[in-house]
Amino acid sequence: MSEPAPQIPGIFSGLWATARRDLLLAWKRPGDVLNPLFFFAMVCTLFPLAIGPSAEQLEFIGPGVLWVAALLSTLLSLNSLFLGDFEDGSLDQLLVSPQPLPVLALGKTLAHWLTSGLPLVLVSPILAVTYRMPASVVPVMMLTLLLGTISLSLLGSIGAALTVGLHRGTALLSLLILPLAMPVLLLGANTVSLAAGNDIYTTGVWALGAYAIASLSLAPYATAAALRISNE
Amino acid sequence: MWKFFHKLASPPHFYRLAAVFVPWLAVPAVALIGYGVYAGLFLAPMDYQQGDAFRIIYVHVPSAYLSIMAYMIMAVSGGIGLIWRMKLAHAVAAAAAPLGAAFTFLALVTGSIWGRPMWGTWWEWGDPRLTSELILLFLYFGYMALRSAIDDTAKADKASAVLALVGVVNVVIVHFSVEWWSSLHQGQTLMKEGGPAMDPGMLYPLLAMILGFTFLFGSLLLRRVRTEVLFRERRTRWVREMILSPEGS
Repeated sequence: MSEPAPQIPGIFSGLWATARRDLLLAWKRPGDVLNPLFFFAMVCTLFPLAIGPSAEQLEFIGPGVLWVAALLSTLLSLNSLFLGDFEDGSLDQLLVSPQPLPVLALGKTLAHWLTSGLPLVLVSPILAVTYRMPASVVPVMMLTLLLGTISLSLLGSIGAALTVGLHRGTALLSLLILPLAMPVLLLGANTVSLAAGNDIYTTGVWALGAYAIASLSLAPYATAAALRISNE
Repeated sequence: MWKFFHKLASPPHFYRLAAVFVPWLAVPAVALIGYGVYAGLFLAPMDYQQGDAFRIIYVHVPSAYLSIMAYMIMAVSGGIGLIWRMKLAHAVAAAAAPLGAAFTFLALVTGSIWGRPMWGTWWEWGDPRLTSELILLFLYFGYMALRSAIDDTAKADKASAVLALVGVVNVVIVHFSVEWWSSLHQGQTLMKEGGPAMDPGMLYPLLAMILGFTFLFGSLLLRRVRTEVLFRERRTRWVREMILSPEGS
């Protein structure tokens, strides 16, 4: 212990470096970002085909369908959150790095949200219009999706960390995350429905915001603990 | 005091101690459930609104209460196992999960049967408790699926403990969000918050059933933990010696 401790970069540079690396990887392989978006659009197409093109019905089910599709497409992209790093060994590098692991996990989750949640929010108005959603409701829907996908990415990162390296991980991941994600879906979809019915919807928005803040502060620790357990 | 806990954490000691406790829990369980069933089905007066249909409460309420209780036991012992690295606590969590899922299922089935005469439907999405209970069942399924997907027991213990702890936080959120949701959609519930004041003739059998179910759960849990301990310690010397000894047991 006689040597002076080497200078370690601050936690924000650790956070940013992890997020930047994942964003760069996503930029090099745009398919990984686009596929969940196509999936989102296709699930939204399934419902009118199955139920029929009646405008009233579509207007009624629209918020719910968009939210369910958003949840499913987030799940689809979560599986690869830690998988690539696990396979090429960079996950071990994250584990032994002097940076706090929750912060690095948060960096990876941030990159995941920027490449899956945010595009979803930006694409959603196009699909909402096909469901005859009134223009006044679209911003509310985008706001709920914005807050909701943050929570979903964070919750999902716990599940992805728990199942990384397991065979048949995808089905298991859905089984773990869906019950946890149900409150988000319930708050999000019903808030949009309330706004569409010209009702007071602020309660739902506040609750979603609270959920996002709570998961932002707690989920990284659970993800870090899960990553350590999965890589023993 | 601490010595007692340290001894309790040792598998062979626990294995023998639990064997002593099982009958002490099973006998009161049988007695209380026996009294509760008889008094609940034959002695308790009829409900002025629900008639005889209310009598399913004697199974429904204890199962619903145990479904939450088992989840709490699972999460708390998982947490103990994570923090103090106590292997026995993980065995308790592993043993509690299927029991909890079974009681949750029982609560759902009895709730649905109860709903048939009361609401005129087998399933009422508008009732917040039924929906929360269903989500709880899914949480149990996820927990057991994760446990069975990981081959290494020590790893499965820790990973599922993290999941159970995350789930505990979520159970509370599920409860409140489902309540908010059903208040939007006009849940047509006959049961009021807190419940109407109960006739003592109805109440005592219910209390006996709740207590009896708790004892039943306790004895089943201990039996399951014993089996779990035996299985996990199958390569150790004390298990081999015990099995080879003439008394067996």
